Amino acid sequence: MDAGLLAQYVMNGLMLGMMYALVAVGFTLFFGVLDVIKFSHGDVLTVGAFAALATYVGLRMLGLNSSWFELVVMLVVATLAMAFLGMVIARYLVMPLRSAPALNTLLITLMLGTVLRESVRLFYPQGANPKPFPALLPRASIDLGEFNLRLDNVLMLTAGVLVIVGIQYLLNRTKLGLAIRAVAQDEETARTMGINFTAIVLVTFALGSGLAAFAGVMNGLYYNEINFGIGLYLGVVGFSAAIIGGLGSIYGAILGGFLFAGLQTIGTVMLPFASAYKDVFAFAVVIAIMAWRPTGLIREKISERV
Amino acid sequence: MAEKGHTTVWPGIAGLAIATGYLIAMLGAEKQNLIIILLAAGIVAVLAAGWLGLLETVSASFVEHEDALAACAIGAACAVAAVFHDNHFVLLLVITVLLYSVATLGLNVQFGYAGVLNFAGASFFGIGAYTSAVLSAYTSVPHLLVLLIGGLLAAFAGSLLLLPVLRTRGHYAAVVTIAFALLFKTFLEVNDVLGGPQGMQVKGMRILGWSFNDNIEIGKILLSFYMNYFVLSLLLLVGAFVLVRRLERSWIGLNLDALRLDETAAGCFGLDIVRWKITAFLIGNFLIGIAGALFGIVGGFVAPNNYTFADSLILVSILLLGGIGNPWGLMVATIIVVVLPEKLQTIQEYRFLLYALMVIAVLLFRPEGLLPRPVRRYFPGWRP
Repeated sequence: MDAGLLAQYVMNGLMLGMMYALVAVGFTLFFGVLDVIKFSHGDVLTVGAFAALATYVGLRMLGLNSSWFELVVMLVVATLAMAFLGMVIARYLVMPLRSAPALNTLLITLMLGTVLRESVRLFYPQGANPKPFPALLPRASIDLGEFNLRLDNVLMLTAGVLVIVGIQYLLNRTKLGLAIRAVAQDEETARTMGINFTAIVLVTFALGSGLAAFAGVMNGLYYNEINFGIGLYLGVVGFSAAIIGGLGSIYGAILGGFLFAGLQTIGTVMLPFASAYKDVFAFAVVIAIMAWRPTGLIREKISERV
Repeated sequence: MAEKGHTTVWPGIAGLAIATGYLIAMLGAEKQNLIIILLAAGIVAVLAAGWLGLLETVSASFVEHEDALAACAIGAACAVAAVFHDNHFVLLLVITVLLYSVATLGLNVQFGYAGVLNFAGASFFGIGAYTSAVLSAYTSVPHLLVLLIGGLLAAFAGSLLLLPVLRTRGHYAAVVTIAFALLFKTFLEVNDVLGGPQGMQVKGMRILGWSFNDNIEIGKILLSFYMNYFVLSLLLLVGAFVLVRRLERSWIGLNLDALRLDETAAGCFGLDIVRWKITAFLIGNFLIGIAGALFGIVGGFVAPNNYTFADSLILVSILLLGGIGNPWGLMVATIIVVVLPEKLQTIQEYRFLLYALMVIAVLLFRPEGLLPRPVRRYFPGWRP
């Protein structure tokens, strides 16, 4: 295979991997503090992407045309709105069910995901159809043989890396991060140390949901199109990535995200049958990996949660 | 109620008769206003009956005289069908209720007894339906056998998931089945042999030369051809119900309950966890597959969009609404979930949203469902 073409595939894989990793980090954060899987995470991403799109439409109506300004406002609005939504979900749906069987938490978040997805489909103007997403990043590109390096992809990748580094810094170097890690490790001890458990849980959910919104905007910018179903797909993929990496570990989630994207790219390039089967292949691989390593590639340091 | 001594069979029969009458009125109503009034009246009546303690009497009667009342329920279903003997649409609705009940009974074995999660119910239903489509299009396998093969294939497809489902627990197992549901729908959409997104036609059923797709004339009475399918579906439901009920009462059911409540403890008492999980998963998928195979034939048409993840969630909503583990509750919930959006055309478009909200409300305020599963009775009719 030509080196340029290979580089192209690697670039596409990296873009996908970045989105998956951002979603997977959210799953890992939630699982860390509350030991729950929030299946509505993917649909929060959808709502985030649509919130950004609505903001864009609103800004256009106000007559603002600077694409950088628009992008920043869209990101801020979507991230903050989803952070708030995440807190509401945690406070009123997830936390009340803490003492109930795990199945109930699972179902309530699955159903909440359906509510969000269907709300977008039914109540966003023509939400059932795919919506074009504005291309707000500069479209310049450099041709290197077969490889077409697009500036917007580079910018998105850089932004993604910065966000992940930022999260990493927040978790490992700040007091808030220390509190989150303490709650994740041992809720009761954390409480006795004077950590406000509810507040930390809410902040974590806000953080994870904000990340989802960011990933949603990124998804829109990358494909230049969003629809109400992206969240379900990205949610399952992100969760699979988090599990492949090992739930509860941030590094695992990132690794899992890129690994999954790699598998998908390999599936598109190397497999003999049509690329229409790429999702069938990807999900089959998820199922196979779950069978092989039910608790992920990187095991948790404290394995009692599994 | 229970400590006051034996309840007679009559409250149960009365309750069943009222419910049947109400159902007939509901199915027969055409005007939207009338349907809304009926619906409101029904809710008020149930709340009032609950407040007066009548519901407890009825349910006690059901517990005491289950066999007699089950026979009456079959009679009630036949009565509903007899009233609408020439109405295609209503009969199709009744058949849908019956077959969805069979499918949720299968799901009930998995969720309710063994605690094995399955969020791909609609996919296994679809495997059954596509089996009947393919077999009736390309082969001349006898149609009753097609149903059986549909069930077996669904069970077989389920067995491909067995390894990951067995090795994982809780959330992880859920993801395996969700991934399968998405995989299955994508697969149907891109596979040209199976008709792609447009789906396939399914031929009508024919048993021993008796064509199921012809209307029946007895003297001057014309019966809808759906009557054939109604009888078959009812037989299927009765069979599935008896199977599930016996399963629950047997030692297998006891093992499954132990497994669900505490896997580790069950293992310590020498139960073969893997074996019982496999049993429950396969039996459940088999039932779902048979129901799907017949549903495919009845509908005459299969398409990927009928077997999506959202449809799987509807099956789970029925289970949860009815009260996990209670077959009677399931049927009540199936009637509500299937009939209501068909009759109330205004909510048809919003049905996924409404079901999801309904399940969230049930989980928050009444997690045990509308008709919770009663405590296991080791000996029918025995009381302390």
